[in-house]
Amino acid sequence: MTKMTYREAVRAALRKALRSDPRVFLMGEDVGRYGGAFAVSHGLLEEFGPERIRDTPLSESTFLGAGIGAALGGLRPIVEIMTVNFSLLAMDQILNNAATLRHMSGGQLNVPLVVRMATGGGRQMAAQHSNSLEGWYAHIPGIRVLASATVADAYGMLLGALRQPDPVFIFEHATLYPLEGEVDESAEPLEITRAAVRRSGGDVTLITYCGSLGKTLQAAEILAQAGIAAEVLDLRSLRPLDTPAILASVAKTHRAVVVDEAWRTGSLAAEISARIMEQAFDDLDAPVARVCSAEVPMPYAKHLETAALPKVEEIVRAAQELVPRHG
Amino acid sequence: MCPASNSDGPMPDREHALFLLREMLRIRRFEEKAAEMYSLQKIHGFLHLYIGEEATGVGAMQAFTPDDAIVATYREHGHALARGLPAGPLMAEMFGKATGCSRGHGGSMHFFDKARRFYGGYAIVGGGLPIAVGLALAEKLQKRPGVAACFFGDGAVAEGEFHEALNLAALWKLPVIFLCENNLYAMGTALARHQAQTDISAKAAPYGLPSSAVDGMDVLAVKAAAQQAAAFVRAGNGPYLLELRTYRFRAHSMADPDLYRTKEEIEEWKKRDPLALFEARLRAWGLLDDAARARLEAEVAAEIEEAVRFAEAGPWEPAENLLADVQGPPPS
Ligand SMILES: Cc1ncc(C[n+]2csc(CCOP(=O)(O)OP(=O)(O)O)c2C)c(N)n1
Ligand SMILES: [Mg+2]
Repeated sequence: MTKMTYREAVRAALRKALRSDPRVFLMGEDVGRYGGAFAVSHGLLEEFGPERIRDTPLSESTFLGAGIGAALGGLRPIVEIMTVNFSLLAMDQILNNAATLRHMSGGQLNVPLVVRMATGGGRQMAAQHSNSLEGWYAHIPGIRVLASATVADAYGMLLGALRQPDPVFIFEHATLYPLEGEVDESAEPLEITRAAVRRSGGDVTLITYCGSLGKTLQAAEILAQAGIAAEVLDLRSLRPLDTPAILASVAKTHRAVVVDEAWRTGSLAAEISARIMEQAFDDLDAPVARVCSAEVPMPYAKHLETAALPKVEEIVRAAQELVPRHG
Repeated sequence: MCPASNSDGPMPDREHALFLLREMLRIRRFEEKAAEMYSLQKIHGFLHLYIGEEATGVGAMQAFTPDDAIVATYREHGHALARGLPAGPLMAEMFGKATGCSRGHGGSMHFFDKARRFYGGYAIVGGGLPIAVGLALAEKLQKRPGVAACFFGDGAVAEGEFHEALNLAALWKLPVIFLCENNLYAMGTALARHQAQTDISAKAAPYGLPSSAVDGMDVLAVKAAAQQAAAFVRAGNGPYLLELRTYRFRAHSMADPDLYRTKEEIEEWKKRDPLALFEARLRAWGLLDDAARARLEAEVAAEIEEAVRFAEAGPWEPAENLLADVQGPPPS
């Protein structure tokens, strides 16, 4: 076990992949000389050289598409997009090409492409750098969508993703890069389709992922002090969703709160809620609750941004409203 | 308005000349049959015919080897045939059959053949260019000899991906040949109504790659220009933009009433029909006579009839397989 930050964990995984597979290369804006907008790839240019650590022009659509083409041509590209907001410029390549080529070609082609990007708010970056749009990606058949909430997952997911025959999108929450944790660098690549129970409890299930895991665990701690045992489920895979894990927890607790930093309307939280109602209606003792971001473009001022994002107290309150008072 | 032929080059050898004529005729007759099958409701959805543009695809394809990767658009029947995809699976694809080249998942706009490195028809205008850049990157990084050939229309030149792709390919000196089939229209919008600079070949210089324009109605001129471009690219000089000036004789698609151009304009261009032009030259050179022409016509007709028979006979993909090709099996 090695102690490192979330940022270092992604870097360690990149390094391991680059060392062990000559087909792997990294490309994106400022991944090389600059060291990555979030300093994830710092030092990799020096170690692996400009052929494999490729700084791209500001052309998200084209370097994402070039990643698809390179994957078709036998390579294992890792494309970094600075943030999810910029990925919108590559949405055409993602949806129309990366996600479709296997199917559209009648199974002849596959696109082993890994795309990483930062997501989420909380750093006063305002309305064009703070969104959580991973739920949009989770809408798309033909790709896998992962979101790492822990340091170990930041490491393991990337290596697991590189073993997939199809495109994998990994979301890294921008506030998590300094997070510290332990990584077992000798472990097998992660089996990336399973959710993880981060805290066990029998009274209510708190379902979350990525940047909201920390807040949700804090809420669970507060709930515990109030006598409510919350189970915290970290989804990890947003597409496919680990529905069996969700249903198993709900079967135990009979109540669920979904905590999702995205906007509520048309969200992944809505999808999870719908699945629970479709498949576990009889298990439920209360309607599924959701804690999401306020439906507003992300404001800059700290107090307004805080007001827009899911808060620990909201999670606590949502859970308390579902659980009948003891005694 | 019609560019003059600029190929007064040497007479080709007879066998090759007849091959080029045959390739163009195969496309012409295939497309005519496709139109017929569409009217018989054997083919549905969008159908974009290549009639009038045969010399660009056939001429250009002569510059590429089986090692090269081909990327095309939704108007790709001609490219697929010229690349060597057999006509039967192409027709079957349009019929929606499991024996189609994309198992009926793609239709007219999405022909694929991995073994022949035909990386598909792309129906988002401009969307194929980045893919071609990536295929070329794969060739270069793996030190393979192939180049990527990327066909697209004049309409795509207005898209950001055209500019991004030219820049990236030139910046990284990638082996891509960008082949713009300028048929003067993007659906109903004439070139001069969507481009301030209507000389498409002039758009390469700002990105630092060479370019040229050629009479796309002259199969030999196209072939020579494409070979020159390919030689430049194969020598490791980076990408090349070749503009092929052509015209489509049919409407944009079967759904298009063709209201945005005059009959006179179309008739004027038909005087430069690439098949008729080339046939006349072959006759003048003494390489083609009536008997050979009739034989060719009969052979092509037989091939197209066989393609229709193949398409008719093919089974439908069982609906139980609906989800089979969305994602591959996870690693073992
Ligand atoms: C991004 C995008 N916008 C619009 C369309 C609709 N559309 C299909 S073909 C076409 C015209 C394209 O013209 P051009 O690139 O010149 O090719 P041509 O059809 O002439 O071969 C348009 C606008 C599309 N398919 N993709
Ligand atoms: Mg056009």
